[in-house]
Amino acid sequence: MTAPASSLTIDLAARFPGAVSADVRPGYGGFIVPAEKLIEVATAIRDEFGYDLLSAVTGVDYIADNKMEVVYHAFKTTGGPAFVFKVQVPRENPVLPSVVNIWRGAEFQEREAWDLLGIKFEGHPDLRRILMWEGFEGHPLRKDWKEPFFEEEVKPFKSRWPDGKHTFAEVKNPFRDNLQFPADFDPEKVTFTDPEEALYKSLKKYHSETRDGIETDHILVNMGPQHPSTHGVFRAVVMLDGETVVSLKPVMGYLHRNHDKIGERNTFLQNMPYTDRLDYFCSMTNNFGYALAVEKLMNIQVPERADYIRVIMSELTRIQNHLIFLGMFLNDLGAMYTPALYAFEERELILDIFEEVAGARMMCNYFRFGGVARDMGEDALRKARELVFDRLPGKVDEMDRLLTENEVLVSRVKGIGYLSAEDAIRTSMTGPMLRASGVPYDIRRADPYSIYDRFDFNVACRPEGDLLARYMVRIDEMRESLKILGQALKQIPAGPIFPGKPQYQVKVPAGESYGRVESPKGELAYYVVSNGKPNPYRYHVRPSSFVNLTSLEQMCIGEKIADFVAILGGIDIVLGELDR
Amino acid sequence: MYGKGILKGLSVTFMRFWNTYWQDAIWAWRRLTTGKKHYGSAEGIAHRSSKNARGIFTVQYPEEKLPVPEEFRYIPFLVFDEGAEGAKEIRCTSCGICAKVCPPQCIWIVRGTDPATGRPRPQPGDFFIDADICMNCGFCSEYCPFDAIKMDHDYEIASYTRNLYDMEKLLKPASYYEGIRPANAAREDEARRAKEAAKAAKAEAAAA
Repeated sequence: MTAPASSLTIDLAARFPGAVSADVRPGYGGFIVPAEKLIEVATAIRDEFGYDLLSAVTGVDYIADNKMEVVYHAFKTTGGPAFVFKVQVPRENPVLPSVVNIWRGAEFQEREAWDLLGIKFEGHPDLRRILMWEGFEGHPLRKDWKEPFFEEEVKPFKSRWPDGKHTFAEVKNPFRDNLQFPADFDPEKVTFTDPEEALYKSLKKYHSETRDGIETDHILVNMGPQHPSTHGVFRAVVMLDGETVVSLKPVMGYLHRNHDKIGERNTFLQNMPYTDRLDYFCSMTNNFGYALAVEKLMNIQVPERADYIRVIMSELTRIQNHLIFLGMFLNDLGAMYTPALYAFEERELILDIFEEVAGARMMCNYFRFGGVARDMGEDALRKARELVFDRLPGKVDEMDRLLTENEVLVSRVKGIGYLSAEDAIRTSMTGPMLRASGVPYDIRRADPYSIYDRFDFNVACRPEGDLLARYMVRIDEMRESLKILGQALKQIPAGPIFPGKPQYQVKVPAGESYGRVESPKGELAYYVVSNGKPNPYRYHVRPSSFVNLTSLEQMCIGEKIADFVAILGGIDIVLGELDR
Repeated sequence: MYGKGILKGLSVTFMRFWNTYWQDAIWAWRRLTTGKKHYGSAEGIAHRSSKNARGIFTVQYPEEKLPVPEEFRYIPFLVFDEGAEGAKEIRCTSCGICAKVCPPQCIWIVRGTDPATGRPRPQPGDFFIDADICMNCGFCSEYCPFDAIKMDHDYEIASYTRNLYDMEKLLKPASYYEGIRPANAAREDEARRAKEAAKAAKAEAAAA
């Protein structure tokens, strides 16, 4: 808990004397690498030191120092803490080399840093905006960028108290008065170039060829944004050769609300209910990651009982998420509603427990820095025990019986969407996606947080790397979660659930921290920078759904267009988290 | 054998189908012998949301409603104690903690002033909650030091207009609060009484 986010066991400064220096700012860790040496150093980090999984690429705008900083968090798939290194570039012209050729998983996150902060990555194969739309003016996460309906830099707003006469936002701040346009923009004279042109150009070229005396063309198909298979407002642009996928680009951001910027305006505590809304199926694990990140900064110890309750809640979350996954995945394959409704029944029973303990079924807002909001009463514990010991094991078996051996299902998913272990690591897959490619990497084991080191469970892992393996990993994982729950529910001690008196303004010392949890969808991590003020200076979410999409194209190429639907369903994305 | 998996799966769906009607038969018998109903009764709903639920588990909303647990939270309200002759003794002192902690900043408070002297007094002059913006996080009631703002249980608030709640709409009597959250109210009353007793004892000691 007290150890800094990075391990200093490897002295990068000694390996690259004169170029790399340790980050000595109080509360910070890791190394600062000069931009021109980045490729060389990053290659060494991957190949010599073995940090093969790049988890997060985060841009930070240090406006007072006139610098942009890009923070990299790399991990070993064999386990252990993060290796943190940073590149600082001048704010006027933030350019640094892209690490996409070293870790392909950086692709989307570098695009995000370009989109939201305006940091240019030289050598990136496709550096376009990713969350905002093409033609958007400015880079919203820069500290000097202000949103429409901007009121004040940070909450709480002064207009609310003591003289809080209510006014609607649009009255106080008419929408058109607060829009930012390019300097030479004149709405009367503007002629639009097709904003999609860059997107279509990034796909493999159209080309005609003659086969058997017939001229054939590739077809461009837009799947979505409104499409029943895409789990929300998600779009994929697909280039097809007949029915076979030749090239594919995901387009996202339709649900973007700039969670990071809202997070910087909020106080530390106020962010907690916002994290619920990331992956709305798993609000408990979302809370968990954020609480861990801030607790690391505050350096506080969580009481024993609170830790147990946290584990119980996140494992129940995992089970209900995987149940929903099974239901929705089968839905995508065409088994409308029967599996989904069977899954929903069990999920309802789990949500009943959440409602009783946290007060809400989905937006739980249950974790606090140092503990949990409310104790888990006897009645809720009884219900949890009944479910875990008497009902859920049988129901997981029932789902297994219902689906796993079904020949139609098996022929639909076996061997589809293959991803090798090397490719999965290279594209920064995490969670069930990585484990289904045969890499037994589970943060609960690899870098245990909270009290996960106390429980006896296996890391569910399948070597096949296809859709069937991804499906099976989830079923195995539910069984392992039940194992953990059984132990936790037997061992849960009595005692306090919060150290001291709950405070609505927490004091967070200056520094950075990276809190990550094994969310049901993969690695969910929060990078939080505090400058000692009541609001976080930088608040970044590393969503698993977002990064897991990196390999979507690779998995789809050569498959049929109908399989794209199944492959996307197999990643288990949630748009609330993907688009933030 | 090809098709074995499908048959296995179909046996599961068949059991579900069978259980639904079997449950109906059991409940028909129960109704005859004890008068308990499967649908439209508290026992029936409790059974359908327990570990013993079998078959169809639908709750027929709005004819039936799931009971809400005590901790369930929805749009906040202000608690007042009923004084003599129907006077409303508002617990809120307009300290502003709820407005400061509110994540979407939907609480607006005008601090009260004494009409005679013009000085601030511990009463809200006006209190607004923009219920359309409220995200039901429950921070306001969690951090209120006076037990003055609490989360409601009434979740049916659909309306044709924007939901801007003023004082009149927000004020609800303490008896209502005790009705929806008996355990919480009892615990808070206990704590308040203990605090007052300690204060009185201290004042007595100081006087002596």
